[in-house]
Formats: sequence, structure tokens, C-alpha cells
Amino acid sequence: MSTEGQLHRAPVLEVHNLSASYNRKPVLWDIDFRLEGGQIAGIVGPNGSGKTTLLRNIMGLMEADSGYVKLFGGDLKDVREKVSYVPQRESVDWDFPVSVREVVEMGRFRSRNLMRRLKAQDQDLVDQALEKVGMLEYAQRQISQLSGGQQQRVFLARALAQNADLYLMDEPFVGVDAATEDAILGVLSALRNQGKTVVIVHHDLQTAYQYFDSMILLNTRLVAYGPKEKVFTKETLQEAYGGRLTVLSKLSEVIAQSEFPVRERGFKENTGSGDGGA
Amino acid sequence: MSMEAFYIILTGALVAGSAALLGSFLVLRKMAMLGDAISHAVLPGIVIAFLISGHRESLSLLIGAAASGLLATFLIELLHRKARLQEDASIGISFTWLFAIGVLLISAYTGQVDLDQECVLYGEIAYVPLDQISLGSLGSGPRPTLIAGGLFVLSLSYVIISFKGLKLLSFNEDYAKSLGVRTQLWHFSFMAMVSLVTVLAFEIVGAILIVALLVVPAATAYLLSRSLIPMLVLAVVLGALASFGGYYLAVALNGSIAGGMVSLAGALMLITVLVLRFQKAKANPKALK
Ligand SMILES: Nc1ncnc2c1ncn2[C@@H]1O[C@H](COP(=O)(O)OP(=O)(O)OP(=O)(O)O)[C@@H](O)[C@H]1O
Ligand SMILES: [Mg+2]
Repeated sequence: MSTEGQLHRAPVLEVHNLSASYNRKPVLWDIDFRLEGGQIAGIVGPNGSGKTTLLRNIMGLMEADSGYVKLFGGDLKDVREKVSYVPQRESVDWDFPVSVREVVEMGRFRSRNLMRRLKAQDQDLVDQALEKVGMLEYAQRQISQLSGGQQQRVFLARALAQNADLYLMDEPFVGVDAATEDAILGVLSALRNQGKTVVIVHHDLQTAYQYFDSMILLNTRLVAYGPKEKVFTKETLQEAYGGRLTVLSKLSEVIAQSEFPVRERGFKENTGSGDGGA
Repeated sequence: MSMEAFYIILTGALVAGSAALLGSFLVLRKMAMLGDAISHAVLPGIVIAFLISGHRESLSLLIGAAASGLLATFLIELLHRKARLQEDASIGISFTWLFAIGVLLISAYTGQVDLDQECVLYGEIAYVPLDQISLGSLGSGPRPTLIAGGLFVLSLSYVIISFKGLKLLSFNEDYAKSLGVRTQLWHFSFMAMVSLVTVLAFEIVGAILIVALLVVPAATAYLLSRSLIPMLVLAVVLGALASFGGYYLAVALNGSIAGGMVSLAGALMLITVLVLRFQKAKANPKALK
């Protein structure tokens, strides 16, 4: 990734003055930001700050009160094939009678092939996706017989099978152990190295600084966005998380730790390609 | 087995099979009570069709029922999506409201018309063999059995053709939308099928039976299955079993056939739950309190 390339790169995701509400209660208020491609970005904020709502709005799953979203400079319906959405794990019934493989196959479903069989090349992509998240040997298992971390891997595999350019993931790190965390991070940085963009909803401040290149700090309003060093200040975090001192007192600790990571992740180089401002 | 018994059991099994195929997806989508809702919501359509046509000829009643069944579906969607009410609340409101209108219409016109809730709501499977229809050179057969056969073929074709779409939609509707799948269209085609099966079965076997057949075999199969196709097959088999066993249960007790079939379906479910609990207790004695 050259700096030159970054200068000319058009934003992959633009959110313009977006406001959204549930039952007239505003949940997002005048959100406005741009995100450049080729990076891993985090949407970070406390519980109930509207992170899931923001993702649902970007994916056209609910109607905004005002504002609009652009993906790859255009409308979602024109670039659907390039965008992959990973819902929050709890949003589906994991007792559903399907196998791991059947779920990952859904990543190859399209409006036009729903009444046909999947092609051999689709099946190959499914195999590759299962392989990448280390779930190939579990392919025939029913999804109810998976651990929380394995469920997250299945969702990740389904997204990978879509072969998109932009991945929007809702809390993929919830309920995973260290091994799965590393596996997921490995997959994500591989995506970034291919020039793809990953946007991750995340609520844990401790790890956010390690995981992401840039951040969107949210609490109904947009508190800050840009390269993580800019976003992660005492002032912005206090604004987003309120006076929760336990969180703030840990902050300096977190940053200090991140500067000298204990575990090697192959993930600590900072591309800093997030848009400044806000 | 007498010819009457054969026709009753066959008709029950065909209706049960259709209901099980669609009901499985209702159960998976956590919309099991939708059959109940539709079977109530069709009442005003039936009454209005009767008031207009002036007789209890079944085609016009059927059209009326289908129309108000679909109206209920639209109403539920409207309340859920536009008024942003929860889905179960939307279902509850829509069907009680439509049912109330039906009751109101009946009571307003009582005396003037020969129509009461009993005859509208309780089709009777015991009368199946009486309604013979000529099939030209093939001889004759009971009309309800033929309708039930058509219904089963239609339901089976629909589920086979729509299998991937129904699976995707039932498992993860938001994800389906994110793929650009027109989920509304799928939803309404599915609801139209459920309405059709409910309304037709309604006339053949009665309301109580169809509501039970939509839910109980499918829910039992859900408990026993790890994958979708075996679940569908099992639901159909359980439905047929309920029809067969229920008939003889009713004969033995000299009771209602529909009652026998529902009771047997319920008993199969109960046995399943008990066996599963027993197995679980054996595998993990501490899991049970
Ligand atoms: N379906 C809904 N109906 C009504 N209110 C909702 C609904 N979904 C979310 N909300 C409300 O909207 C606000 C934002 O919710 P959202 O799920 O976007 O938060 P979040 O940042 O994703 O939180 P979490 O970290 O808990 O996942 C919350 O106050 C929540 O109560
Ligand atoms: Mg959320």
C-alpha cells in the first residue's frame, strides 16, 4: 500500500448526515464520516450507542430518518456483490437444523441463483472459506453443536465465501477465546493485505486500540473518527463513554500495552490511512 | 379397512402432509401461530362471500376466505414494518380484529341467513366420503380427497422449488436482504401458500385440525432433526401417522375423528419430549433439576 495510492483512493464508505430512530427515539444523530479502503476500521462505542443500528442503516436494513449512505461512490443496490454483512451472532437461532457447510453456502446465494443448484466454483469458494477459518473438519456438523467461537468462525466463513471488497461485521469478537481471536485477526489482516476493507463493530476499548487502524467513536452522535491515535484521547473517550472512570483509568494502560504488544500478532503495523477531521 | 376409513385417513394424511411441509418453515421462523391467525382471519371473508352469493357453495366461500387470509397477511406486515410493532403483537391484533368483524357480521345477519360459526369454523373430516364426485371413465371419488391430493402436490412442488430461498429466509432474513434477495416477495409467496393450505384444509377437515396439523408434527420433527430435509420428511410422516392413528383412536372411543387426530399428534409430541429428556438425563444426570 503506497501513500500515493492512498491519496487517490476514493472513499469506500461514506455516511452523510445520517439520523435514525426506533419508535421516534433517536438512536443515531447526524452521523457523518468517510472511510478509505484497504484498512481495518472499528466502530466503537458503549452498549446501546447505536453501532448495530449504524451497520443496519449502511446495509439498507432499516429506513433512516434523514441522510444517506454511499458505498464505493454509489448506491448499495449497484454494488451489493462487493459488500458483505456479518450480523451479530445472537441475531440467529443456532438450533436451526442446518450444517456448518449449509450456512457457509449461503454466502454464495444470490437473488438469481436461489432456485438453482450452486455451481462447482461456488462450492470451491465455500471450501476455501471453511479452510481459511479452520472449520473444514466441522463442515458436516449441525450448527447447534458448535462453541461460541466456532459460531463466529462460521459467520466469518460465510462472509469470506461472498468474496466481497468491503466487509461489515457486527461484534465478531464476542465470545471467542484467544485462539479464535488470533485466527479471526489473521483472516482480517489477510483481507487488508489484499486491499480490501473491513469495518468492525466492537465495544471493548481494551482491544480496540490493538485491532484497528482507524476508528469511528460513536455514542448516538459521532464523537470522533480517524486514525486511532487521534481518536483515542482522554477527551473523546470521556465524551463517548461518559464519566465511567474505570474505563478511563485503564486507558493509558491500554495504550502503553499496545505500544509494546505482549503477543505477536503480525498485526501491529499502523497504516494510519483513516480520514482525519470530524 | 373400509372404503370410508381409507378415504378419511388418506385425506387426513394428504392435508397433514401439506400442512407439515409449510408448517415446518412456520416453526423455524417462529411464526407457528400464524396458521391459527389465518384460520380466524378468514371468517369475515367467508361471511361476506356468503352474503354476496347467498348460498354456501364452496368456491365463492373459498375466494372470500383466501382474500381475507391474504388481507390478514398484509395487515400483519403493515403493523410490523410500518407501525414497527413486534411481529407477535401484529399477528395477534390482525387476526382478532378480523375475526371480530366476522363475528359481528354473523350476529348482525343472524336470522336472515343460514350461517353460523359452527358450520363455518368446523368442517368435518368424517363427511369426506359422502362428497363424491364423478371422474368420468375413472369412476368416482370423494371430492375432498382429490382437493387434498392437489394441495399436497402443490405444497411439495413449492417447497422443492423454493427450498434454498426458504432456508435462507428462515435462518437469517437480514442476511438474505443484505444479499439483495427480495425477501418481501418470498415472504408473501410463502404466506399465500400458507393461506391457501389453511383455507382449503379448513373446508375439508375443519379449523382445529388444520391449526394443529400446521404446528404439532413440524414442531415434533424440529426437536428430532439435525438437518432440514429429514425434518421435512419426518414432519410429513408424523402428520400421516397422526391421521392414521387418530382415526382408529376416534373409532375406538367412538369420538370425533378430528379430535382423535389432534390428540394423537399431541401424544407423539409428548412422547418425543419425554424420550429426549430421558436421553439427556442419561447422558448428563446433572443437567436435569
Ligand atoms: N428493534 C429495536 N426496537 C427498539 N429499540 C431498539 C431496537 N434495536 C435497538 N434499539 C435501541 O436503540 C439503541 C441502539 O441500539 P444498537 O443495537 O444500535 O446499539 P449497539 O451500540 O449495537 O449496542 P450493543 O453494544 O449492546 O450491541 C438502544 O438504546 C436500543 O435500546
Ligand atoms: Mg449491537
